[in-house]
Amino acid sequence: MLAMNFRGPLRVRIDHKPMPEIQHPQDAIVRVTRSCICGSDLHLYNGSVPDTRVGMTFGHEVTGVVEELGAGVGNLKIGDQVLVPFNIACGKCVFCQQELYGNCHESNSQATAVGGIFGYSHTGGGYDGGQAEYVRVPYADVGPTVIPEGMDPDDAVMLTDVVPTGYQAAEMGGIQPGDTVVVFGAGPVGIMAARCAWLFGAGRVIVIDHVDYRLEFVKNYAPCEAYNFKSLGDVVVFLKRTTDWMGADVCIDAVGAEAAGRVMQTILGRKLLMQGGSATALHWAINSVKKGGIVSIVGVYGPIDTLVPIGNVVNKGLTLRGNQASVKRLLPRLIEHVQNGILDPKALITHRIPLEEVSDAYRIFSAKLDNCIKPVLIPPSARS
Amino acid sequence: MENTAIENTVQDTSQIKGWGVDSDTENDPTYPMKHRNNGEHAGYSWERPPQQQTDVEILHSNERPNVSAVFGTSTPPAGLSGMIRRYAFKYSESSYGHWLPLMLADRVGVVEGYLEDFSRGHVPNVFAERGWKAEWKHNRTSLVKRVLVGAVVATAAVAYLRSGSDDSSAKKERRPRRARR
Repeated sequence: MLAMNFRGPLRVRIDHKPMPEIQHPQDAIVRVTRSCICGSDLHLYNGSVPDTRVGMTFGHEVTGVVEELGAGVGNLKIGDQVLVPFNIACGKCVFCQQELYGNCHESNSQATAVGGIFGYSHTGGGYDGGQAEYVRVPYADVGPTVIPEGMDPDDAVMLTDVVPTGYQAAEMGGIQPGDTVVVFGAGPVGIMAARCAWLFGAGRVIVIDHVDYRLEFVKNYAPCEAYNFKSLGDVVVFLKRTTDWMGADVCIDAVGAEAAGRVMQTILGRKLLMQGGSATALHWAINSVKKGGIVSIVGVYGPIDTLVPIGNVVNKGLTLRGNQASVKRLLPRLIEHVQNGILDPKALITHRIPLEEVSDAYRIFSAKLDNCIKPVLIPPSARS
Repeated sequence: MENTAIENTVQDTSQIKGWGVDSDTENDPTYPMKHRNNGEHAGYSWERPPQQQTDVEILHSNERPNVSAVFGTSTPPAGLSGMIRRYAFKYSESSYGHWLPLMLADRVGVVEGYLEDFSRGHVPNVFAERGWKAEWKHNRTSLVKRVLVGAVVATAAVAYLRSGSDDSSAKKERRPRRARR
């Protein structure tokens, strides 16, 4: 089958790889119909996530058709069209039992800090991902969800990660009616977080980024105020001033390791890889939020130490909240929102690219070429 | 000085005056992300899913006693990078001894990837793998600039090195003449 093949930092190609096989009674084999490239895939692509091995296939935002089932799978049948949450979750461990599906204890041998994630290095469990024609889906009774009849496949694939992660970013912010919410990052997750902040009753939503076409998009899509930090001078002072010197009630870091904006963070986190990423957005979030405020973190960072102003967290009495989105927990509500037209996730997809052109797709997304917001890879069988 | 071991005993909380009097289960900062059931208090005791079988080497964090019930079998450790990865897994996720060797192994793996390609008679098209076709289509001016700058820097470096080697050859040629005198 055709599959994306990671060859080293900034190098990926399409290759022929063996078909995945059932390896566990609760496995399914899914023929992929859509597979997005996620902003967090760029951390792998750039070589900043440890234990990202050459030869691996990325891809954790997947829809497809069930082709084969293990003997222990009861909730799916061959031919079902499914959306596959990016978390691999057993449904049995104490963390899954508490609906912390992103923190499953039975899906990742290599790291205890995170559950299994499709195609996300061996730190994420060592699973090949869905930027391929077929993918092995463990615990098929738990994660994969049959796509509701009539749902646009582009909406469905966005429900595997972008929508739940953006929604949970807002949810973790504990937003109260009238709150001012600042979202750092106008990538797909930041855009969705800004949109979802309204669903929790925000009174004002501000998005900060440095890519003008994305700011223009989120300004209209969320809708919200959108500012290019390059034109603001000191971002923190700007946000203090615009909140009558109080600071925002809630700040959301929707950028993670690839943040631009502060030279030292960029050098240490992105160029030298001496910390778990460039924590510029998180730094700004901690310093821009009000005393007693909440900082919600969905931006992905590497597992090693990262410089953040932790002293200010203590002195300001902040609450930091973060997690990988618990997709399965959120799906029923989010499917409703999509079906009722409250959320329109497919509007974020700007590029539909054949799987065979995966090298160009990564370049377009990582270099933000051609006004790209969200690229989706489409295998040959789903194009005919 | 004598090293005295601290003996820890489980406390019976019912005997602790005031225990839990201010407990407020709704005041949980993780709600609604977590539907608290305190299952963790029973330890690693849940009924585990069936164990995936494999003949592939799976490394596991030393912060857990076993491999997870399912796991990925992509790209098992091999070669020099595999040796480094095995070493890294002797250390916990809290240690640089874990992560830094893994980063090193990743870079070694890139070199091994080239060797693997060559051994199969495949010369990787690095430009295509880096998506230069997309750069050419959508960002041509910048790409041309970068190529030109790269070419100028490379040419200057080669010229400098050659001038250096010319100088040293000239010196070598002059030395014997002096010796002959």
